Amino acid sequence: MAEHAHTSIADEKNFEFTAAAKRRLMVAFVIGLVLFIIGVVLLASGIDGGSSGHEVEKHAAITGGGGGHDAHADDYHWTKRVFANLWLDAVLFNGIALIGVFFVAVNYVAYAGWSVVFRRIPEAFGYFLMVTAVIIPVLFLVSGHDLFHWTHADLYDPSSPNYDKILVGKRGYLNTPFYMIRMLVYFAAWIGLFFIIRRNSLKEDSLPKQNYKTDSIKLYNKNVYMSAVFLFVFAVTSSTSAWDWVMSIDAHWFSTMFGWYCFASWFVSGLATITLTVILLKEQGYLKAVNENHLHDLGKFMFAFSVFWTYIWFSQFHLYHYANIPEEIIYFTERFSGHNGIYFGVFFLNLFVNFAFPFLMLMTRNAKRKMLILKIVAIGILVGHYLDFYLMVMPGTVGKHAGFGPVEFGALIMFISAFIYVISNALSKANIVPKNDPFIKESVNHVVV
Amino acid sequence: MQVTSPVREPLVLRKPDENNPGKLRTTTLADVTNDICRQVEAAPNMRWLLAMLISLVAFAWGSYTLYRTWWFGIGEWGLNKTIGWAWDITNFVWWVGIGHAGTLISAILLLFRQKWRTSINRAAEAMTIFAVICAGSFILMHMGRPWLAHWALPLPNTYGSLWVNFNSPLVWDVFAISTYLSVSVVFWYIGLIPDLATIRERAIRDGRAIPAFIYGCLSFGWDGSAKTWARYEMVALVLAGLSTPLVLSVHTIVSFDFATSVIPGWHTTIFPPYFVAGAIFSGFAMVLTLMLITRHVFKLQHYITLAHIESMNKVILLTGSIVGIAYLTEFFIAWYSGVEYESYAFLNRMFGPYWWAYWSMMTCNVISPQFFWFRAMRRNIYVTFALSIVVNIGMWFERFVIIVTSLHRDFLPSSWSMFWPTYVDVGDYIFSFGLFFTAFFLFAKFLPVVNMAEVKAVLASSNEEIQEAGLVEAEKEAATAAH
Repeated sequence: MAEHAHTSIADEKNFEFTAAAKRRLMVAFVIGLVLFIIGVVLLASGIDGGSSGHEVEKHAAITGGGGGHDAHADDYHWTKRVFANLWLDAVLFNGIALIGVFFVAVNYVAYAGWSVVFRRIPEAFGYFLMVTAVIIPVLFLVSGHDLFHWTHADLYDPSSPNYDKILVGKRGYLNTPFYMIRMLVYFAAWIGLFFIIRRNSLKEDSLPKQNYKTDSIKLYNKNVYMSAVFLFVFAVTSSTSAWDWVMSIDAHWFSTMFGWYCFASWFVSGLATITLTVILLKEQGYLKAVNENHLHDLGKFMFAFSVFWTYIWFSQFHLYHYANIPEEIIYFTERFSGHNGIYFGVFFLNLFVNFAFPFLMLMTRNAKRKMLILKIVAIGILVGHYLDFYLMVMPGTVGKHAGFGPVEFGALIMFISAFIYVISNALSKANIVPKNDPFIKESVNHVVV
Repeated sequence: MQVTSPVREPLVLRKPDENNPGKLRTTTLADVTNDICRQVEAAPNMRWLLAMLISLVAFAWGSYTLYRTWWFGIGEWGLNKTIGWAWDITNFVWWVGIGHAGTLISAILLLFRQKWRTSINRAAEAMTIFAVICAGSFILMHMGRPWLAHWALPLPNTYGSLWVNFNSPLVWDVFAISTYLSVSVVFWYIGLIPDLATIRERAIRDGRAIPAFIYGCLSFGWDGSAKTWARYEMVALVLAGLSTPLVLSVHTIVSFDFATSVIPGWHTTIFPPYFVAGAIFSGFAMVLTLMLITRHVFKLQHYITLAHIESMNKVILLTGSIVGIAYLTEFFIAWYSGVEYESYAFLNRMFGPYWWAYWSMMTCNVISPQFFWFRAMRRNIYVTFALSIVVNIGMWFERFVIIVTSLHRDFLPSSWSMFWPTYVDVGDYIFSFGLFFTAFFLFAKFLPVVNMAEVKAVLASSNEEIQEAGLVEAEKEAATAAH
């Protein structure tokens, strides 16, 4: 079969994680850390960096978020904002890492050919799960009482004035031991399956030559099998982890859609991160075989799943808004007009950045084939979904004390630099292109007609 | 240039050799035309006539019960004051759901570049159109005065303040489904034009004047030039782009009919995506039911292969599992929410007087598709055929469970009631089957059931010889590398 000269992967350079790059990331991390510490010191000394809410206001009690419960109305402490930020970033980046594995698994199960050439990028994301697997449980143990209203023991004591009949009803699910067990099960399953898939993928590289009949297809099929197992596990755990880590912040509130809503947000963020990483690597001279056709499809994915996120957002909002049942609509009321209205702007910005922006920017074919536009949109989407998680986490934890100050930016910079460090390290450890994959030829010759 | 990995299964297989009985030969482009035009050009055979007869009997019996529905009114049904909606809306949602597969195959799978869609999309789209018509027929039935059906549209009128209620999801349904039907018809028909032109050319060649005239009119003067094809492909892509949000919106809005209310068991946020998944689930099952029969009767086994069947079964497994997870999520949140009405509604579904409907739904929808985790089951035609019917029974029960069990326990216990269908309810359902199969058999006889043009387009890259040559090439490379 005739091949174009440019479709060969023979001259693909493997990723090198240079000392200079490591140093830069460490400097970035330290800057983030310093910023974060400054923010913590400011908060501790009573200066709410970036927060607008100073007046005391009796606000809605019904969602039962931190400070939301009657008896806890004034129990805001500056540590809440610190921990809420770390929690937000940990959950968001855990999602991006997990979506890396999910993307790989979906492509295996679907026998997708086009994505094989850059498969190592989402694959590398999985390593960050090991970081979040430490941060999330530790954060919960340290700051559980600050973030999760339901962890307070007096809610379940009938003689206490804080006795909460509704939370007593949920205690079979929302209790610390079971919560911790679930958390450990999620991480064990995700990381375990990720390593199996990764190991099989790397094994392909060490085969002497691509051989469809025997070795490489055998390893490929093994990964199809493991990917199906992963997807089964993911289908359940993505919803339950979203209930545990995000929905239970507003302990009284509930929505059957929430697991899928959180998944949609994670998925778009993950796709944007994959696209961004591919483009940044290309700009540094790696991944020559990835061309505008692959980028076009990544752009389509970002476009489609931004619309999907909007669909899920709208369905959840619309059904609660339309029925207008107090214990349901309170969630949106809080974000719309509660807490001195500090979330009002973010609420609409969230919709604009996550829907209108990618929808209009990626509408045309040409836009999806330009690295610059994809880069702008991917960054926009990541900012947007940070805001999305901000809206999910902050109202229930810090309420009107939220804001954008040094703590927020510091924590985010630390997470971004740590994420890039872990991913770069993983990328440098293996071939950047899975050269013996049975679909590699199909992938490098991929054309979007 | 595009490369197809030799790992992929071929989508067009070798066919039995006429000159060498028992042997297989390469399927050529001419074979595609001949094999698919054969039933369009041949005289109706006995099997087809018998099938039509059965469909028409069902249609005729249904027409009688429909006459009773319209002449004597909705009182002929088993409805009562508590359960004002039952079989009609169940059947409506069921048929709309079945319709989804056609658009999914032709639009979403086109966007995902799934080549296996080419040999099933035509029949699936036709099924979509007939299913949506059947769904619409239940709306007309329940109207009581079908001649006033246009009142569902916001038309200027002289009746004073007669105007639709734009706040009602039922009105959104009218818009969603009529738009969906229009776009589906256009999409399906545009896809048909090149094939109709092929039949026209063959009729002209054979000197059959009447078919040449009819198919000539139907093919809109298609000339097959490169420019025409380029326009055709552009239109197909635009329509696919339009159909994708449309198909997702239709069942979303159907789910709003229920979920915007405050009825326990209906008011849950997961309804929209889960209804869409359920719709695709039942639609693929119906496509399988129809295609397994069609491929056997029309001897199309080398175009609709086990690879196609396996892919469809994977979609069934996926969407069935999504539906299963949604059931469990609803059940969990009903407990977690602490809303006693919701908890009661779900427990009542399981253990109340309609327990049998609930457990039929769970068995058919959640448990039975799990067989498709096994490759041997996915590729077994008998298992697939049986499960495709089981899935649609399950999806019918799903709607029945959601609708009737949520309604039959009113907020006032004095209004608690039961729904039992009358023979008119059943007859109206049979009417829709008669309508559906009459339309489908007419389609199968007079129009090409497989998209010839598109199958020819994948023949070059996905036939058995190419796959085998690919293997040879890989081995050759391995050999040169070893030296």
